[in-house]
Amino acid sequence: MQITLTVNGTEYTRDVEPRMLLVHFIRDELLLRGTHWGCDTSNCGTCTLWVDGEPVKSCTMLAVMADGRAIRTVEGLANGAELDPIQQGFIECHGLQCGFCTPGMMMTGRWLLDNNPNPSEGEIRECISGQICRCTGYKNIVSAIQWAAEHPATSEVTS
Amino acid sequence: MQTPAPVGYAKATSVSDALALLKKHGEDSRIVAGGHSLIPMMRLRIAAPEALIDINDVAELKGISIEGNEIVIGAMVRHAEVLSSPILFEHYAIFREAEKLIADPIVRNRGTIGGSMCQADPSEDLSAVGAALKGTVVIQSESGTRTVALRDFHEGPYMTKVAQSEILTQVRFPIRPGAGSAYEKVERRVGDWPVASAGTFVVVKDGLVADCGIGLTAVGAEHFCAPEAEAFLIGKEPTEENLSAAAQLAADSCNPFSDQRGPADYKKHLAHELTLRALRRSAAASQGA
Repeated sequence: MQITLTVNGTEYTRDVEPRMLLVHFIRDELLLRGTHWGCDTSNCGTCTLWVDGEPVKSCTMLAVMADGRAIRTVEGLANGAELDPIQQGFIECHGLQCGFCTPGMMMTGRWLLDNNPNPSEGEIRECISGQICRCTGYKNIVSAIQWAAEHPATSEVTS
Repeated sequence: MQTPAPVGYAKATSVSDALALLKKHGEDSRIVAGGHSLIPMMRLRIAAPEALIDINDVAELKGISIEGNEIVIGAMVRHAEVLSSPILFEHYAIFREAEKLIADPIVRNRGTIGGSMCQADPSEDLSAVGAALKGTVVIQSESGTRTVALRDFHEGPYMTKVAQSEILTQVRFPIRPGAGSAYEKVERRVGDWPVASAGTFVVVKDGLVADCGIGLTAVGAEHFCAPEAEAFLIGKEPTEENLSAAAQLAADSCNPFSDQRGPADYKKHLAHELTLRALRRSAAASQGA
């Protein structure tokens, strides 16, 4: 069936099978491979992207269910050449080792900071509790999100 | 890679539209709300419905409100909304306590209360909350609506009173002035299904328990509740001795089985301990502590 949705501000129309998962639509139809596809069981959270402003595990949503909605992926974080503070934080604090969980962690981190600009360490840990870092680098991921909280963007990036 | 079997799909715009679509697509069509149980089951091919009827855009299934003496929660209300709702928190702290322990914040953005009830997992936390608070559900079909007590809602694991041609539209809870409530859960890791959980409410009046409810999940409690333990406690002082005796009756009524989450005797021990902790805190909250 035909669906039309907006991804990072660009509208796309595609014909898809209803059984196609949103993560595969984003990666294989739109070729936006920043969103990773991991556990397939809604546990690891690396496929997390935003649907209408809220993070969702895109392996647990059908592409047809996203018809008419606004998606934001990790490719939509930066404002041109200017990195989002959450991205800069992961650089500054060595928030990634293998990088597999990073897109999901950053999408969740950005959402947290948009709703709670000064989260405690406990609030950060709770917010990323649905996401698994296979390198177990949680300490630096928490530091990266804290760095982003301490260095908010001067201009608001909108998706 | 896990991909669902081929499936049809239709987006419903209203409850009556969803009911018509269920009829049109036949016996093997299923309602999809948050999809966080159904879609994983479809990927694993445990479920292979012929068509999905998507109710995510049905406005009349959304929102939390008060009608008379009841709190009304629309079936499409997501876990995140249950967690943050000021109305629910004002009347029953148990909702916030339970929701904080259900899955993770990202999953809570999608999963719904109606979906949790209809999935009817024998370890579902909200089933214990619903049984503890003696809530009801409203079920709609083309011929009208009916109300079913949550303690009479489950027909067995993954089976409910909702028929193929019906939709659960609301979950309702009576308001009980002065009630204290609490939820206790032991899980293997953050966001996991419970090894055991207990939720309770207690109303203490003039130093005696005037009303109470005990819900349990993952421990084989029939209909997720412990009516004998409740009956024991009513009219008694909420002393440690009485609360513990009630918790023991609750645990005795459970029939857990051993699995990867723990041996049966451990789960039975937890049923007592968690019921006692929840009763303690509920009684204290009811007395303004």
